[in-house]
Amino acid sequence: MTPDNLKLYRAMLTSRRLEEAISELWRDGLISGEMHLGIGEEGIVAGVVDHLDEGDAIAADHRSTPPMVMRGVDLPAIVAECLGSSAGLGRGLGGHMHLMSRRHIAASSGIVGASGPLACGFALANQQLRPDRVAVAFFGEGAMNQGMLMESLNLAGCWRLPVVFVCKDNGMAITTPSQSVTSGDLPERVRGFGIPAVEVDGADAEAVWQAASEAILRARRGGGPGYLHASCVRPEGHFLGDPLLRIVRRPVTELRAKVGPLTRAASSPQGAGVAQRAASLGGITTMVARAAGMRGRDPVRRHRARLEIDRGRLEALENEVESAVRAAVEEALASLEEVSA
Amino acid sequence: MRELSFTGAIEDALAHAMADDERVVVFGEDVPGLRMNLYARFGEARVRPAPISESAFLGAAVGAAMAGLRPVVEIMLVDFLPVAMSALVNEASKIAAFSGGEWQVPMVVRASCGGGYGDGGQHEQALWAWLAHIPGLSVVVPSTPADAGGLLLGALAHEGPVVFLEHKLLAEDWLDYMGGGGRTTVAFDVPAAGARGPVPETWQPTPLGRAIGLREGGDLTIVGVGVAVHRALEAADRLAAESGFEASVIDLRSVQPLDRQAVCEAVRGSRRLLVVDEDYRDFGLSGELAATVMEAGIGARYARVCVEDTIPFDRRREAQVLPNTDRIVAAASRLVER
Repeated sequence: MTPDNLKLYRAMLTSRRLEEAISELWRDGLISGEMHLGIGEEGIVAGVVDHLDEGDAIAADHRSTPPMVMRGVDLPAIVAECLGSSAGLGRGLGGHMHLMSRRHIAASSGIVGASGPLACGFALANQQLRPDRVAVAFFGEGAMNQGMLMESLNLAGCWRLPVVFVCKDNGMAITTPSQSVTSGDLPERVRGFGIPAVEVDGADAEAVWQAASEAILRARRGGGPGYLHASCVRPEGHFLGDPLLRIVRRPVTELRAKVGPLTRAASSPQGAGVAQRAASLGGITTMVARAAGMRGRDPVRRHRARLEIDRGRLEALENEVESAVRAAVEEALASLEEVSA
Repeated sequence: MRELSFTGAIEDALAHAMADDERVVVFGEDVPGLRMNLYARFGEARVRPAPISESAFLGAAVGAAMAGLRPVVEIMLVDFLPVAMSALVNEASKIAAFSGGEWQVPMVVRASCGGGYGDGGQHEQALWAWLAHIPGLSVVVPSTPADAGGLLLGALAHEGPVVFLEHKLLAEDWLDYMGGGGRTTVAFDVPAAGARGPVPETWQPTPLGRAIGLREGGDLTIVGVGVAVHRALEAADRLAAESGFEASVIDLRSVQPLDRQAVCEAVRGSRRLLVVDEDYRDFGLSGELAATVMEAGIGARYARVCVEDTIPFDRRREAQVLPNTDRIVAAASRLVER
């Protein structure tokens, strides 16, 4: 089996362009609070969500825009929700961390790891009410250390739930390098629960599609849960305005206020020995370097380069996506004005 | 007198405590980034990053405290505490009782709390009454830099578990992290006197459970914690200017232990109590204060301005549901004029 690569590209590009537009709205101050993007994860989400259909469920994390977009949730309603508009998916009450669509059995949460138990519940309902329908949980490798997610793996294994756990590994748990807070190998950990675990390059949408195809088909046929471990990057940081990325992008401005206190603290009497202090400063440098090293491995660009399609058709598709995104943003902004008027 | 930010005061006091006492250790999510200065000075052995495993590291803090350390655990947002509540509700708060008073759990849980920057109902909660409901658990909510530093030391000196809540509108690091993100296109209604202010040259621990009167007035007593105190002070000034009524304002500073005596004394004089609370209205601090006054046999008029439902993400609607000055003035006016 092979995917419809053009369809995958359209899904990924729509998500990318919509999130770029959302970034602009956030920078303009029209979106409040935190804004976590799924930029860099599109290959994973597209490769999985393409297999889903009526009755299949999604439990998403705080980066919920891509799965909602790719599942076909109304674009203007997604943007409107980010803006806090009454025309939003959740009438402006939830915000971007709580995008949900009852019709698509798709919901998200800002609590790390919460998608695990939620997907198990969706899968349990499907097992009984909609045989051959599955549930998918999206989360990051940081969430793999959360108790409720580890418990969910066990629950799914012993109840043979039709659920596919999808770990999007960007190497950073909030702003801490995951390696420093994760013991052992994550796919091995999952195999310890008796769940087949597959590792895949998350920047390769087609490879993800193939791996997901197998896991989802097995779950549909009553073969129990599966796990995909897909690597990816996080070019926009934990969220827009990520303090580490700000240091990377504007070192002089951002460090001006920080260097003085940091130097004073590092040289204060009473405290750790010199070696430990040096190790801490090294740790801080590593964090910043990790944040800076998140460019490249762009799943959208990589997929585009692979498409076997004539230039004219590709441009037409891209123009269509641009128009749809622009229209969604305009509609969402207009809804905001209507409410305040 | 030095002047420090709310966050700076906590860090300053904590650094002193860590320098004085090697048993004080910090661990939790993202601490090398969040507490960069402490990390650089005290090293990873005492300022340790934890995985996103709240029930494990909060539970570990209980054991560490029982075995001789004085852990300061960082859980980022109070909204994340529910993930690990058993450590506080069933373990930390119970050990003193179960051991017949022989064993204490001197741990401090640091968490940011509160709204006013548009982050929605899962990241802006107060939750202090929910925590204070548990016997054996103390809950501190400072409203100024001086109190933040002093109460942190008070919490560290306390023999039992303390949840130390830092309102995001007061704590500049949290507001920048969660709300601002380095943008100049967003604005927040930050109480200036709470975000930055004078602190003592030498820190002294502020004992828990002692309210402080911030404004005198015989017509009405307004009580609260955190940002609500600043909103109440603003409302009291407006009330005086617009209607000639004088309100006293009491900052409880800790929800548990609760300074019932200070509230009763004030209400005995004014006969009018207005509770301003950013926590949920039902089954919370506001009801507890009403019960306190009734139990003391004081006849008083009573009203409350609280959060009544899940906080909306939309900032315009959020501003209406949080205890704002307009709501406080309106409630106070009704109470006085009745």
